[in-house]
Amino acid sequence: MDWSPLWISIATSATATIVTLVLGLAAAAWRECRSGPVMALVDGIFLLPLVLPPTVVGFLLLLLFGRNGPLGKLFLKFGATIVFSWPATVIAATVVAFPLMYLTARAALEQVEPHLLQAARTLGASEWRVFREIALPLAWPGVLAGTILSFARALGEFGATLMLAGNIPGKTETIPIAIYFAVEANEMQRAATWCFIDVGISLALLAGLYYWTHWQGPGRLRWARR
Amino acid sequence: MSLEVQIEKKLADFTLDISFRAGSGPLSILGPSGAGKTMLLRCIAGLDRPDRGRLTLNDRVFFDSSQDIQIPARQRRVGMLFQNYALFPHRTVRQNIAFGLKKLPRVEQEKRVVALLERTHLGGVENRAPGELSGGEQQRVALARALAIEPEALLLDEPLSALDTHLRSQMESQLQQTFAAYRRPSLLVTHNIEEAYRLGAQMIVLSRGRVAANGAKEEIFRRPPSVEVARLTGCKNISRARATSDRTIEALDWGCTLRVAAEVAAPPAFAGIRAHLIEFSEVVESSFARDENTFSCWLVRSVEGPFSITLYLALQEPRAESASHHVQAEISKEKWQRLRDQPLPWHVRLAPEAVFLMKD
Repeated sequence: MDWSPLWISIATSATATIVTLVLGLAAAAWRECRSGPVMALVDGIFLLPLVLPPTVVGFLLLLLFGRNGPLGKLFLKFGATIVFSWPATVIAATVVAFPLMYLTARAALEQVEPHLLQAARTLGASEWRVFREIALPLAWPGVLAGTILSFARALGEFGATLMLAGNIPGKTETIPIAIYFAVEANEMQRAATWCFIDVGISLALLAGLYYWTHWQGPGRLRWARR
Repeated sequence: MSLEVQIEKKLADFTLDISFRAGSGPLSILGPSGAGKTMLLRCIAGLDRPDRGRLTLNDRVFFDSSQDIQIPARQRRVGMLFQNYALFPHRTVRQNIAFGLKKLPRVEQEKRVVALLERTHLGGVENRAPGELSGGEQQRVALARALAIEPEALLLDEPLSALDTHLRSQMESQLQQTFAAYRRPSLLVTHNIEEAYRLGAQMIVLSRGRVAANGAKEEIFRRPPSVEVARLTGCKNISRARATSDRTIEALDWGCTLRVAAEVAAPPAFAGIRAHLIEFSEVVESSFARDENTFSCWLVRSVEGPFSITLYLALQEPRAESASHHVQAEISKEKWQRLRDQPLPWHVRLAPEAVFLMKD
């Protein structure tokens, strides 16, 4: 049996999760200090990948990263083609995982008592230090939960990945895609094996997440209490 | 050393419009909840931006709307003590205090932290998390943390209101020591009259965003400039008044004519006397009874407090129980023991020097 879909899936999800973590946190922190009707539109755009059909996300990504798309042309200048390459799987997974990260990170940052941030400012801390040393550590439990959810979502990505990255065994064939094409080819045994592996990984992640929030929960409350 | 404040800021139901100058030493800012006290401190600390005006500390301009200057909080070096302490829950006491010292060398940081732990009597808890401390200890950590940056001004937002009574007096003496050593502008915001009086040298009374009184605390309490200030500083007896000569007034709500100590300059609208300054004659001597500003009085009802008794009195003629009273007086328990058995009417004296007049 060819195990490459497993490694591709894990590498893709891990990379996408790291990118999502950085982008999601940055977006949440940036959004945190702004308000107004324009920001509602921004929120909408950030959350769109959560509700759009994966085919729509995939199609839009094709338009962006295709040979004639604005980003595609940019990458072409450096001699790189995105479509049907491994980075395309990362891009598709990142885009669909981003809303989950953004939502949980914002909720977690909003929970941080504003007086703590203000106290840090009066003590001479720069905005970066306020974020890194006060906001982020206190929001960390929520952010970590968002990271696990993002990883699980990235692992389950199928539609947009297929459209942007195609199905190239050993290169862009992730577990969900391997399952689809196994069923297409009537290789039920192979499809079932991958299904079990996928269910196993996802269940372990979600159970781990629940265990973690359940056991960290009281600790967080102890922190928050003054 | 001086902090000069002249700001305007529109709030939900009134406009904050405040100007004053604070020199070295503690200045109490007394006002009811929602008078804009906290917002004033937040503007000085740089956590909120006034709409208009100017804010300077020594020779540094913090805010000037005409030049569009707004220095961020982190550059102001103003120590702020938050009402809920705002200690960083994920850091130890030591790390909390050292938070503002990051730019100093490690040895210097350590030296300052040790000195502050000593000054605020926090030895022994420096490695605990704030959640494991008592309210009083948390308060002292917050104070030490604010003092660590050697701020050029200190702002304290209701520093004692969350503490229970015995901790409150401990913290009060801690603050008195701090003020004595600190000698820079310190603003202490409170709604508690006693706290404001005990801790501040100067006092500002704030009402709905405006400065209603500003000056030496003794003077504000002795001669409140307005009915509003009299009420906010705890005066229980206020009557409408009109002048009858240059030394006498008629107190319309008390139904009596009073001699006053100072010449009646502008036509007064109100007269007031503090409850504890009303004197009782224990034995009705004829001389006392005939004395100026002395009236017969009947007890309407009394309320016993832990250390004193509040008596609600009707002047000149008896009134039915539960009827409205003219004045309320406050006397010690010993005095009450002696007074209670004497037959009514008793006699009270509203001493001319205790009566003050107000225009509005």
